[in-house]
Amino acid sequence: MLSTLANPARFMRISGVALPWLGSASAVVLALGLVWSLVLAPPDYQQGESVRIMFIHVPAAWMALSVYLFVAIASAVALVWRHPLAEIAAQAAAPIGAAFTLICLATGSLWGRPMWGAWWVWDARLTSVLVLFFLYLGYIALVNAFDDASRGGRAGSLLALVGIVNLPIIKFSVDWWNTLHQPASVLRLGGPTIDASMLVPLFVMAVGFALLFAWLLLLRMRTALNERKARALRLYGVPDREQPIPAARPAWR
Amino acid sequence: MTRKRRRLITLLAALFALGAATALVLAAFNDNLVFFYSPTDLAEKSVGPDRRIRIGGLVETNSLAKQVDGHAVAFRVTDGKTELRVVYDGMLPDLFREGQGVVAEGKLRDGVFIASSVLAKHDEKYMPPEVADALKKAGRWQEGSGKPTAVPARVP
Repeated sequence: MLSTLANPARFMRISGVALPWLGSASAVVLALGLVWSLVLAPPDYQQGESVRIMFIHVPAAWMALSVYLFVAIASAVALVWRHPLAEIAAQAAAPIGAAFTLICLATGSLWGRPMWGAWWVWDARLTSVLVLFFLYLGYIALVNAFDDASRGGRAGSLLALVGIVNLPIIKFSVDWWNTLHQPASVLRLGGPTIDASMLVPLFVMAVGFALLFAWLLLLRMRTALNERKARALRLYGVPDREQPIPAARPAWR
Repeated sequence: MTRKRRRLITLLAALFALGAATALVLAAFNDNLVFFYSPTDLAEKSVGPDRRIRIGGLVETNSLAKQVDGHAVAFRVTDGKTELRVVYDGMLPDLFREGQGVVAEGKLRDGVFIASSVLAKHDEKYMPPEVADALKKAGRWQEGSGKPTAVPARVP
């Protein structure tokens, strides 16, 4: 399945069909999830209406972690098997993951102020998520730091793989150490501790975020492939001698 | 062995070494990674009177006392085994209440914790007010079971 998709031409064909479906599906699911979680879901017995921040914060945090895992796996595939699409996928996903991480940090800060009494604390959970954000930024910067795009991709892939040690630290920070951040509510032994009336809209939002990611990922990968093709055409075909040949640009843009 | 296979094995070995190194570092710095000490941790350590530390636990039920004139408060923080008296003069967060988690920053003096800031720590349970009321009515309510440290489950 994956190896058939690894052919760029076939990828362009299939993703072209999937793109509008993914886009509209994510719009519909996110609209449903937003109304459900921000209007219809009940307030919390302790936190009142502030609990609604959770419906953005938690899916964004899940995506921040899953997208990083995606980047790391794609980087491993790129390093070991040299699949042509793996590196493009990793580089297309990283800015989306960074955006999810930023959303997670910003909404967490807005939530922490009224509930805990602090915008930010240096506890293990918050600090490790901030490190994740810097890992994303470092990956993006490293990929673009080389004139030779393939060397940048190789270096970035290695960084992405090194950063994977941070994922279990983020997940289990609230169990291993005393933190101000509360322990896990959903993915925990003994089942979720969120009432079904809030858990269901939370899952709807999570599905919406995942669809949004899939849509943005395909969009960015197609753009990257088109850009590569355009560069190749400019370099080898259709010579327009009046214009200077542009220097090789990083592939992920 | 093909080149792909060799690259895969190298990668896995490097990741394993990296993971082991990280685990060792984290274990070594374990003491610095905690955001706060529980009263029991504190009793086992000797902390100087001028060191700023954070302590955390549950605000003991019926332990909160407010001064009549000002806004100074005193309460006890417990982890189920050890208690610690905390005095604080300042704004308490909205979620501060008895039976709830709390993290206080300050200094320990003569067995009393002089807090300079108090943060509320909420648990991992989320439910509508009606469900919480129904649980309380049915006697299945455990106050503060989303505890920051190992607290034996209390009688409802």
